[in-house]
Amino acid sequence: MSIAPRKPPLQFALRLKRALGGKTGWNGLAAQIGFAAILAWIAYEIVANARTNLETQHIASGFGFLNYNAGFDVNQSLIAYNNSDTYWRVFFVGLLNTILVSVIGIVFATVIGFVVALCRLSPNWLLSRIGGIYVEIVRNLPVLFQILFWYLAVLAALPAPRQSISIFSTFFLNNRGLIVPLPVSEPGLYPFLVALVVGIVVALGLRHHARRALFQRGQMIRIWPYLLGCLLGLPLVSMLVFGWPLKFELPQLKGFNFAGGARVIPEFVALTVALSTYTAAFIAEIVRAGVMSVHKGQMEAGSSLGLSRAATLRLIVVPQAMRVIVPPLTSQYLNLTKNSSLAVAIGYPDLVSVFAGTAVSQTGQAIEIIAMTMGVYLLLSLTTSALMSVYGWRINRSMAA
Amino acid sequence: MTDLSASSFVRQDLVAERAAPAKTTGFIGFVRTRLLNSPGNILLTILGLLLAWYIVVPTVKFLLVDAVWTGKERTACLAEKAGHEVGACWPYIQAKLTQLVYGFYPEAQRWRVNLTYGLGAALLLPLLMPRLPAKGINSGLFFFAFPVVAFFVLHGGGIAGFGVSWTAGLLQLFEQSIGGAGDLLVNLSKSSAIAPLPWALGKVLVLVGLLIHWLIFPLTWLRDQLQLSSLPVWGDFLVTAAIVSAVLFVLGGGMRTGGRALIGSLLTFAGIAVGIKLMGLDRGGFPIVDTRLWGGLLVTLVIAITGIVASMPIGIALALGRRSSIPLIRIFSIAFIEFWRGVPLITVLFFATYMLPLFVPGNFAVDGLLRALIGVAIFTGAYMAEVIRGGLAAVARGQAEAASALGLSWWKTTSLIVLPQALRYVIPGIVNSFISLFKDTSLVSIVALFDLLGSLRASFSDPNWSTPTTAFTGFAFAGMIYFVFCFGMSRYSLFVEHRLNAHRRH
Repeated sequence: MSIAPRKPPLQFALRLKRALGGKTGWNGLAAQIGFAAILAWIAYEIVANARTNLETQHIASGFGFLNYNAGFDVNQSLIAYNNSDTYWRVFFVGLLNTILVSVIGIVFATVIGFVVALCRLSPNWLLSRIGGIYVEIVRNLPVLFQILFWYLAVLAALPAPRQSISIFSTFFLNNRGLIVPLPVSEPGLYPFLVALVVGIVVALGLRHHARRALFQRGQMIRIWPYLLGCLLGLPLVSMLVFGWPLKFELPQLKGFNFAGGARVIPEFVALTVALSTYTAAFIAEIVRAGVMSVHKGQMEAGSSLGLSRAATLRLIVVPQAMRVIVPPLTSQYLNLTKNSSLAVAIGYPDLVSVFAGTAVSQTGQAIEIIAMTMGVYLLLSLTTSALMSVYGWRINRSMAA
Repeated sequence: MTDLSASSFVRQDLVAERAAPAKTTGFIGFVRTRLLNSPGNILLTILGLLLAWYIVVPTVKFLLVDAVWTGKERTACLAEKAGHEVGACWPYIQAKLTQLVYGFYPEAQRWRVNLTYGLGAALLLPLLMPRLPAKGINSGLFFFAFPVVAFFVLHGGGIAGFGVSWTAGLLQLFEQSIGGAGDLLVNLSKSSAIAPLPWALGKVLVLVGLLIHWLIFPLTWLRDQLQLSSLPVWGDFLVTAAIVSAVLFVLGGGMRTGGRALIGSLLTFAGIAVGIKLMGLDRGGFPIVDTRLWGGLLVTLVIAITGIVASMPIGIALALGRRSSIPLIRIFSIAFIEFWRGVPLITVLFFATYMLPLFVPGNFAVDGLLRALIGVAIFTGAYMAEVIRGGLAAVARGQAEAASALGLSWWKTTSLIVLPQALRYVIPGIVNSFISLFKDTSLVSIVALFDLLGSLRASFSDPNWSTPTTAFTGFAFAGMIYFVFCFGMSRYSLFVEHRLNAHRRH
């Protein structure tokens, strides 16, 4: 007969105390009740004051206004919009414009940031100095200052359309913005896209197959000719069969303005340039820190195993550096997205500008509109930080294994 | 012998000298190893030189060579008048300098702004030099006395009472609010299905309000008596000084050890009395300058310094709250921090400008500058909390355990053992968030405050100075100011980091 261990005493009171007050026990509970009372009092004051203030100022409350006519124009929108659309539509127009400028800014910021980081890491003294000076100057000036600088000083100093600065006669830069060729779809577009997607899927499958063969049977399969065939050959064949997928409509100067092509508004140009150069300075520092965080011995170990320099970088240094780089890089992307709200200073129609700016001044419903705007940004940053904690958890798991 | 000499080779003459190794030191060596060591690098060097040439030369040309230095109005900065290509238009900066530094602060009162700048610098500089003594008094003066003095100097106005009146007023407001909430609940219970609950809660609240009313009755009575006397401010001041000093004396340990606390308190009050007398606060103080007249660098610095001073306590409280084991406080801190860190500053400023006035009683108009200050303080406080939390996590757990073993309470452990070490660890982080705060102050120009950037933008629209180079000149000037402040702070942060890590260096 085995001796079963005695059950621990239930200690009901102790558990209750622990659950209610944490480590501090009943004192903690008392503190919580007091704290809750204070919070409740503040909440009551806010609600009561807001109600009386709204009544005295004759401002409606609730989200009904979202279905009213907005009645103002927006100078750039990705979806069809005119001034008889509702505030809901305005919200989405602003949101899409924010996303547009953020995505394009992020792409440029990443490219510039990596280039500047490479400059800073270069053994060439002059180049690393130039990179360093760029980072110091850009980081130490306010981003709003830079946005206004590009908008009020640089873009305003550009010539009128007739004297546009022409880049290869396809892009034209003048004080009304950037005129770019407009892609127009041709009948060959859909077959081309299908061929591209099929090519990518087949290429991914091939790569998966080759890796499995390598890891499970130790068999090296040469796949790059097939990859090339899939990724370039298939779309090329589709182009030969069905004709060009896109035609570019070149802008041409007619009279005082340009006909054809698409016009990128100067606000967008200024905002994108300022945000991407500003964020690039921070990205450059992050990338540099990431690369420098990989111990020199890793590189040496790689070359002592007979790997080429490129293979060492690709297989050993970059994966380790990426672990250090990715989390702060994401937070910089998030910062860029949040900084895009400064569009309101130059009148680019982003979410804050059209919704929290124009819509608030028209309806006066500050509480609802600003709460919605904050909610969008909050959702974005909470999602990002959740993704980042999953990433961190996976990295930790792979390091522990 | 002959065998030996035949079998071994003996060199008869000296080996020819080898060429000296390539020089790797000095200027020549530096150029060889760091600039021209491979064809690729030579190409990069040439590229870099070209880049530098095309940036540095036009900049110098614009700022110095082609610049116009004297003039009275815009025609001086036009190419036709100057006779050459015109660069920076410095007379424009001269004309707008006062606006960029003081805003529309009345000319006769500008000495007050200068006095505040001087006072701030005199208190801040010793604080930044690690070698100088008396950091405690110095930081106390900078973080507590200076903001108050600066408010009365810059804004003007006097005080009608002192501690007793203010406390009595605040408590009375609180009592009215509690009583109002109770009455509301009682009224609500008449039209509610679950009538007894709100009714009982309402009655309890009314009762609490009544209790507070009687508890603070001596204080309100004292205030009324003091206000009737001939010198209300000084009477109030004396009573407050006596009460606070007595309380500190008792708390400090009575006759045994309380002397120190008593002397400290009396000295502080003496200092306050000197301040009140010097600024004449009891007789109305300086003439009031409305904050709408403030502008330029003044607003930038006011927001930055207030943000720094206010965000520290907010940040420390939130960081401690986030590490607290009390669930509600921890959850509240996490939610508060994550909320304000998750939204852009401009929406926070919109919140403070448009929503905050709706949340306070209608008769309680909040000044435009104050609204922005509240927004900035909350926003920076949330960021500061994360920085300080990092410092708290860096303090070895044994420190707090040792303090508990010595029998120190949580408050003493935190304030005497953990926080001082934690704050030392994160000084570079704190300075970095001050840099971003300083840069972020420029955002207030969007909510109709005229900080340095806002004043600059306003000055562009002056037709008297509209020339092709006005905007570039203005941005160059403001950029230099921003750069000097931010770069200075970042160098200081590096210096402190270096100093703190002195023991880790070899």
